[in-house]
Amino acid sequence: MDMILAAGTPAPDFSLHVTPDQKLSLKELRGKPVILAFYPADWSPVCGDQMALYNEVLSEFHKFGAELLGISVDGVWCHDAFAKDRHLHFPLMADFEPKGAVAKAYGAYRAQEGFCERALFVIDKKGVIAWSYCSPVAVNPGADGILEALENLPK
Amino acid sequence: MSLRVPVGEQDHVQGSADASCTLLEYGDYECPHCGRAHPIVKRVQKHFGKKLRFVFRNFPLSEMHPHAESAAETAEFAGAHGKFWEMHDALFENQEQLGGALYLKLAQEFALPPQELRAAVENREYLARVKSDFTGGVRSGVNGTPTFFINGKRHDASFEYDDLVEAIQAALASA
Repeated sequence: MDMILAAGTPAPDFSLHVTPDQKLSLKELRGKPVILAFYPADWSPVCGDQMALYNEVLSEFHKFGAELLGISVDGVWCHDAFAKDRHLHFPLMADFEPKGAVAKAYGAYRAQEGFCERALFVIDKKGVIAWSYCSPVAVNPGADGILEALENLPK
Repeated sequence: MSLRVPVGEQDHVQGSADASCTLLEYGDYECPHCGRAHPIVKRVQKHFGKKLRFVFRNFPLSEMHPHAESAAETAEFAGAHGKFWEMHDALFENQEQLGGALYLKLAQEFALPPQELRAAVENREYLARVKSDFTGGVRSGVNGTPTFFINGKRHDASFEYDDLVEAIQAALASA
């Protein structure tokens, strides 16, 4: 298991599909804080809870002007079905081809299993990682760490 | 993880402030796990009697549970009329039927003004109250429901009767 990228590291840019016909790159979000939530898979029970929680906490994230992006190796159609089923109001990015490339760049890929760690990154408005946290795969890391990191960002 | 918002005036509390142990639950009236925890909490309360006080805070996952928020607001409405726990119990006991018809039926049962209840839920009068419970929960590390805190410390073991009793006993022993 690699170490995930630590605070102070410039966040590697990426461009991934958020819908079947739309891509989003990290640098498009420069100027506002970004929360990257890598998670193992759509539909697995813990992630479901984690994404459901973030969905409810979204308005708190928005108070800091922050954008939340979920990332897993699932494909766009899978994300689409998952987001619809759970009424998710934030984008899910497909780290699908080449598989896990973005997760690898962040040190958040589990090569043996072939999916992402449950890793969280808060990136400041200049594109530098301000906080990162890797949770045991079976444990929902909650949102308190993210909120605290957002609070600690320089105004 | 520890509780960031201490138990205070705004809380719904069963038991005495002098109790040596406080069990606090963040819950959702539509969450099946909370429904299952409900009778377990009752048994735990009975087991410890005056040594334990119980606090309930709202943590409705409303995107997943379409009635969770209205149920929480109904309980808060009842709370404002001194009937929180009656409503709280009835909502969990009728978890399958959450919705306007049930709320009105329960309002009648507890002699609460049904028109006022209807208006309160429609106008989201208790939304801010419920939201503030929710936000405090998130900051305390609540990441799903039910989440219990025992004397302010998050209880990460299961909420089965034996596990709760054991954890509370440990808290009482160290109090």
